[in-house]
Amino acid sequence: MVDVLLARYADCIFWLARYVERAENLARILDVNETFSRDSRGAQNWRSIVQLNSDEERFFAGGREVTGHSVLNFYVLDADNPTSIVSTLRFARENARTLRPLISTEMWVQLNVFYNHLSTIGSDELTPARLSGLFATIKEACQTHTGITEGTFFRDQGWYFYQLGRYVERADQTTRLLDIKYHLLLPDIADVGSPTDVSQWNALLRSAAGYHAYRRLHAASTTPARVAGFLLFNQAFPRSVHHCVRETGRLLGEVKSRYSLRGGNDAAEELDRLRAVLGTLTIREILSEGLHEFLDLIQQQLIAVSRDLSISFFGYRPEAAQAQSAAAE
Amino acid sequence: MDRSILDGYDPRGFFCEMLTSPASAGVRERLARLSIAALKERAAAANAELYNLGITFTVYSDAKTIDRILPFDVLPRVLSAAEWRQLESGIVQRITAINLLLDDIYHDQRVLADGVVPRDLILGNPNYRPEMCGLDVPHKAYVNICGTDIVRDEKGAFFVLEDNARTPSGVSYVVENRHMMLRAFPDLLDDIGLRGIDNYGARLVAALQEMAPPGIGDPQIVLLSPGTYNSAYFEHVFLAREMGVPLVEGPDLVVEDERVSMRTTGGLARVDVIYRRINDDFLDPEAFNRDSMLGVRGLMRAYRAGNVALANAIGTGVADDKAVYAYMPRLIRYYLGEDAILQNVPTNICREPEALRYTLDHLAELVVKPVGEAGGYGITVGPTATRAELADCRKKLLADPANYISQPCVNLSVAPTLVDGGIEPRHVDLRPFAVTGSSTWVLPGGLTRVALRRGSFVVNSSQGGGSKDTWVLG
Repeated sequence: MVDVLLARYADCIFWLARYVERAENLARILDVNETFSRDSRGAQNWRSIVQLNSDEERFFAGGREVTGHSVLNFYVLDADNPTSIVSTLRFARENARTLRPLISTEMWVQLNVFYNHLSTIGSDELTPARLSGLFATIKEACQTHTGITEGTFFRDQGWYFYQLGRYVERADQTTRLLDIKYHLLLPDIADVGSPTDVSQWNALLRSAAGYHAYRRLHAASTTPARVAGFLLFNQAFPRSVHHCVRETGRLLGEVKSRYSLRGGNDAAEELDRLRAVLGTLTIREILSEGLHEFLDLIQQQLIAVSRDLSISFFGYRPEAAQAQSAAAE
Repeated sequence: MDRSILDGYDPRGFFCEMLTSPASAGVRERLARLSIAALKERAAAANAELYNLGITFTVYSDAKTIDRILPFDVLPRVLSAAEWRQLESGIVQRITAINLLLDDIYHDQRVLADGVVPRDLILGNPNYRPEMCGLDVPHKAYVNICGTDIVRDEKGAFFVLEDNARTPSGVSYVVENRHMMLRAFPDLLDDIGLRGIDNYGARLVAALQEMAPPGIGDPQIVLLSPGTYNSAYFEHVFLAREMGVPLVEGPDLVVEDERVSMRTTGGLARVDVIYRRINDDFLDPEAFNRDSMLGVRGLMRAYRAGNVALANAIGTGVADDKAVYAYMPRLIRYYLGEDAILQNVPTNICREPEALRYTLDHLAELVVKPVGEAGGYGITVGPTATRAELADCRKKLLADPANYISQPCVNLSVAPTLVDGGIEPRHVDLRPFAVTGSSTWVLPGGLTRVALRRGSFVVNSSQGGGSKDTWVLG
């Protein structure tokens, strides 16, 4: 009877993986933005973060002004903001709590302890001197979770849905990380290729843990096209969109055949299309058509994949899946 | 002569579980090697670990959820092999009688015809379920999981205080407390002859398999929980893990053609046995409480059709009613032809005129309890009640005597307990857990609850209670 997985558990494990991956990536985005904003641009940079997550309405409803501290507080510690790191990890912990019969005790304890720790951090601790340490702690905790999961989680259906969640989320987050740079470049296209610009693209690579790998491929130069191409297409880079999409497709095919699951065909087709696009378009074509538009398209397709998984495997009615993907956006 | 941490300890005239038991000599010897400071350090580490492990129950206040641990006292409560033999055989005897009673009242009702128990006490009981009449339960095992509350008086005699025959909780703490002791006090446990408790999950699975509808080779068992917001959710998780079965909630299950299935990634999958941690009332909105969001529509029909087993069966609450409790010694004699191995606390059944008169005459010495309530509600404790409370109690007794029983106050035994000031006596009770399929098995030991407030007799977790590991030695 080990082969049976409750639909609700599949949903929870998919989202557990997504939330932890999301928290890690948000820490990466905020960390890299910290680096950017210290160069010269000030408030403008932080506004782009708020735009990126479509959180303007909620952010400004609190009468807040865009400062480094207010944005960081909103995205790191604000428990009332559902897109903050602390909220994201709270959702992860809640899913883990539901999943305790399924996941290893070590997975649960680590998330429980880390969330309890995070929820005690005060906003006065968001000082410039402490920030990179805090982001490092968050990234490390998320990676610890990933490692514990890899080393302890039983390899049945749940493991597949866990990995599906992780790769779908990671693909999505890499597009968002790239999009930030797009937002930053947009107002001042003249800066392209300047030393400041190059250092920012390097910072972006570092935030995706891709700097050294990129250097090995392109030792001589950092150009926006090459960096964007690397993050989108590189098959060996574990955070590239292409790699994540390919893994998602592979995992979906495997779980379907190994456990004789009938659903998920729409998602499989969507992933095939996405892989074909990523395999044929060049970065030059994408940049000339508009990077932002391309990233937006990928995000829409990933949402469609997630929606089909919800309907096929997690027991959502189509309307509910629609509402959920709207909320996830 | 070495000093021991128990040197200044004084049980103040109560029966002490540690000093009196010959079985505890080895434990006392090992404890003597520890200092209070070391004990406190390990206790703090153990309680922090329980919190991190999430071995908690949930308290709700101001729309916030707070996870609390059941405070854990590191000084074990010890039972000798002889003491345990008496408890074990007494519990098996009692559960056997309870199951025979349930089978009888839902079939021939001989016990009512013979006048052993008043007819309206059973048939008029809110926990009596006419839906169960004529339904055959495998092995006549209605109560598959039972937690019997037992106390000891100042002479060390055991008394049953309550039979929890519906959905008793606490077994997860028994096992987790033991794991905690194994980690924190390996030196206490070395070669001491402690009986293991690790096989509870396996025993439970075996018993539930025996309950499966006939002809099913490898029955699918599930544990049905009200969900993560239930204060006992940790225990549900624990049990599902120990049994290796899915932990489902009402919406995960569906009944079609009087068969129960669960919703899985691959569609519907058959369910054969449900260990339900939801009360009768909420189990099936079609049969019972219509507003229940926790249950499964049509479950009762599937159950009556014999397509699914429920543990415990529906309608067991009539057997652990406080008034029916009072008849247990007579019921044991009636069904088994034996005297009760474990005594009841002497109980005055106020529906009987003589018992009512006695109760009214001795109100200030007695504990008066309403029969239908659980969790300590509506109880008047004579020795500590005000004059107005006693008058109020008298009025209620006279208005509806059948709704009450009275009992003498039992001077609960104590066990040495680590508190801020050092080691002091605190009152304890004991809830052993028994599992019944084709036969009954009792987990050695059980949950020892301890009233952490000085002088208090109240061991409930909601009112300052904690727990101890319970050791059956030899």
